[in-house]
Amino acid sequence: MERVPVRELDAKERIKSFNEVCLGYSEEEAIKEASRCLNCKSANCVKKCPVGIDIPKFIDHIKKGEFKEAAEVIFMYNNLPSICGRVCPQEIQCEGGCVLKNKGQAVAIGKLERFVGDYVLENNLDVVKRKPMNGKKVAVVGSGPAGLSCASTLATLGYQVTIYEALHEAGGVLVYGIPEFRLPKEKIVKREIENLIKLGVQIKTNVIVGRTVTINQLMDEMGYDAIFIGTGAGLPKFMGIKGENANGVFSANEFLTRANLMRAFLDEYDTPLKIGKKVAVVGGGNVAMDAARTAVRLGAEVHIVYRRTEEEMPARLEEIHHAKEEGVIFDILTNPVEILKDDKGWVKGMVLRKMELKDADETGRRTPVEIEGSDYTEEFDTVIMAIGTVPNPIITYTTNEIKINNRKCIIVEEETGETTMEGVYAGGDAVTGAATVILAMEAGKKAAYAIHKKCHPGEM
Amino acid sequence: MYKILKKKTLAENIIMFEVKAPMVAKSAKPGQFVIVRIDEKGERIPLTICDYDKDLGTVTIVFQVVGASTKKMSKLSEGEFLLDFAGPLGNPSEFVSLNTDELKKKKFLFVAGGVGTAPVYPQVKYLREKGIDCDVVIGTRNKDLVILKDEIEALGCRLYICTDDGSLGFKGRVTDFMKKLFDEGNSYDEVVAIGPMIMMKFVCLLTKEYNIKTTVSLNSIMVDGTGMCGACRVTVGGETKFTCTDGPEFDGHLVDFDEAINRQNMFKDEEVRRLHHSRECSCF
Ligand SMILES: Cc1cc2nc3c(=O)[nH]c(=O)nc-3n(C[C@H](O)[C@H](O)[C@H](O)COP(=O)(O)OP(=O)(O)OC[C@H]3O[C@@H](n4cnc5c(N)ncnc54)[C@H](O)[C@@H]3O)c2cc1C
Ligand SMILES: Cc1cc2nc3c(=O)[nH]c(=O)nc-3n(C[C@H](O)[C@H](O)[C@H](O)COP(=O)(O)OP(=O)(O)OC[C@H]3O[C@@H](n4cnc5c(N)ncnc54)[C@H](O)[C@@H]3O)c2cc1C
Ligand code: SF4
Ligand code: SF4
Ligand code: FES
Ligand SMILES: [Mg+2]
Repeated sequence: MERVPVRELDAKERIKSFNEVCLGYSEEEAIKEASRCLNCKSANCVKKCPVGIDIPKFIDHIKKGEFKEAAEVIFMYNNLPSICGRVCPQEIQCEGGCVLKNKGQAVAIGKLERFVGDYVLENNLDVVKRKPMNGKKVAVVGSGPAGLSCASTLATLGYQVTIYEALHEAGGVLVYGIPEFRLPKEKIVKREIENLIKLGVQIKTNVIVGRTVTINQLMDEMGYDAIFIGTGAGLPKFMGIKGENANGVFSANEFLTRANLMRAFLDEYDTPLKIGKKVAVVGGGNVAMDAARTAVRLGAEVHIVYRRTEEEMPARLEEIHHAKEEGVIFDILTNPVEILKDDKGWVKGMVLRKMELKDADETGRRTPVEIEGSDYTEEFDTVIMAIGTVPNPIITYTTNEIKINNRKCIIVEEETGETTMEGVYAGGDAVTGAATVILAMEAGKKAAYAIHKKCHPGEM
Repeated sequence: MYKILKKKTLAENIIMFEVKAPMVAKSAKPGQFVIVRIDEKGERIPLTICDYDKDLGTVTIVFQVVGASTKKMSKLSEGEFLLDFAGPLGNPSEFVSLNTDELKKKKFLFVAGGVGTAPVYPQVKYLREKGIDCDVVIGTRNKDLVILKDEIEALGCRLYICTDDGSLGFKGRVTDFMKKLFDEGNSYDEVVAIGPMIMMKFVCLLTKEYNIKTTVSLNSIMVDGTGMCGACRVTVGGETKFTCTDGPEFDGHLVDFDEAINRQNMFKDEEVRRLHHSRECSCF
């Protein structure tokens, strides 16, 4: 039997709005797709899921129409299934391990997980079991997936948890980065955050830890028993080429924040955004695809400029596929060497250089090298840099006790997530550098259990 | 929600708010700023902290009505609320890290342009409370635009005023007046200039000639103010810096002002469009 196709908005229609592209499975479709699973013993899909969800077991429940039971299985491993089902790079994780993966016929594990997660949200199911309050207080810094998952795990273990978030809205990259058409804010992200509040977690926005209040103050003056830092890796990198500070050159974060968090594309919102007719997005990851597809929806002709080939692109396969359907043009084996400005200091184009791939380096990735004499000029109105980010700097600027490595990532003890400052834990992108939602969630959860072990030894 | 406890019009289109924000007040230091959002649909507006009272938990901001958001903000009354008020952001002024003995060896000249007088105020206040000598020059177009004159005089420093039309004090630009001060034999260890970019640029050109260390506070366009977007990037000494996390104060002799001025004008047309969209405007 073939993989059950998932319903999607038509490409021509969807580029006119920010509505979610993938519509997900209905109950019948989910059951039908679930029935393809062979319920393997020592299943390889489980090994390739970073959190080791018992995939055959939850899928077996779906098969039988036992959606709540399916949810109970998933929630033992992952408390944000609606989100992970949408954004995990399944083709290299769970689905990449499925025995049926040949010819693209892996069981649609991500779509099934999403189905279960959405079923829980739509039916307001209560699937997590809570322990009574234990009188201990934990502060969580940052409300991205790492912070959210740490907070929810601790809340179910009986802790009084307060999340401190620098921005005016909770969610981290889930709200300011990943666009609405891929991860709906009201329907999914806000509902997940509301569930956290129902668990008794307090969220304080507009608090920049390290500035409004320091880690030391949280510990000494405000009496927290432990702190978890999940501040992410949001600081954008630039290429360092000539003309990069011209008007009209944005980091992907700036562009996406203006569009997503500040809703600049709606007239009644006050944040400005100028985009022009022709946009170049430099990079080949999820961030680049999101920026490109957002720019398409704002009416531009959009080019992805990437120095390797499509094969090496780190973006999720589905995103690359959707971007192409929506008319994004892929200029591969191409690298910007200079940004050209007009006499008013605005971008007017780029000097681009062709690249070729040479033998693989030790990481197995083929290295791009410049082809001499291949420079050409192309006109652009806007350039968006999506070439990576490093950890947010404020806490480590202001708290000397917390040590960082040469990539500016917070150093933690592998087992527990504890930083070089006692009682202070960290996880997610702040520790690993830019990675994935599921890894950030897992790190938050792991630290929660480490905190629990320290506060209540013997009670695991 | 952050309550506006007091509202005062300091000059035409220059308004002061005293806002209840205890956590910000407790940590605020001279040189830092906040980011304000008026309502659900509002943009994030950076504004320098002009004064703070740790005991009362209040923070004072002073803003000039220049576009859609500041216009909307000017319509709020005492007792109403700002939706978001995040801070303090940015690094405190460099002199905050010096002890009183070190400070006593220095003589500061503050140069304030227009609404830039507001951010100068807490710095002078901080230094005067430690008994440090400061002179202050305020420059505006005319006498009606001079703000915080009495407050700064009350701090016990020498205050000079320059107006373009000569309606108060010296007739001419602050740089003309500074030149006069220097040439009359006044010497300073450090100049702090805060005001329009173009003013800071010319102050720096002058102080470079006289070889006086000069600190400027940049008001680059910002979004988050936490180092996450790079909108606020400026070139300082040939390197790209983020105003919000590396600044907002920099060595003025190293700042690429032409680029900074250009970047500040980035959304000019777009902002005009937004002003027209806002219901307040009746100019078309
Ligand atoms: C555009 C984009 C698309 C992506 N697409 C995918 C995808 O498809 N699949 C996938 O798996 N991953 C994707 N990622 C990566 C993924 O989103 C991140 O790995 C994940 O969000 C990291 O989670 P986190 O909790 O560590 O940090 P973040 O989500 O970055 O959250 C950190 C939070 O901490 C706050 N903060 C920072 N400093 C402070 C402070 N001093 N005080 C208080 N709060 C602070 C920030 O404001 C932010 O809200 C994408 C990332 C981006 C930017
Ligand atoms: C660190 C810092 C401190 C500041 N302190 C003060 C202050 O104490 N008092 C004061 O009156 N103003 C201050 N400003 C400037 C103030 O933020 C802008 O005047 C305000 O955002 C204009 O918004 P608007 O919508 O009313 O005007 P718009 O019509 O949107 O813009 C008018 C001009 O304001 C500037 N501006 C617009 N948006 C931003 C933005 N997001 N960030 C920075 N500048 C912007 C641009 O130069 C623009 O051309 C400060 C700016 C910074 C970065
Ligand atoms: S969490 Fe991600 S990797 Fe694991 S099963 Fe779900 S979609 Fe697959
Ligand atoms: S490997 Fe594929 S078929 Fe086997 S249990 Fe996992 S999802 Fe089912
Ligand atoms: S305002 Fe976004 S990085 Fe400074
Ligand atoms: Mg504005």
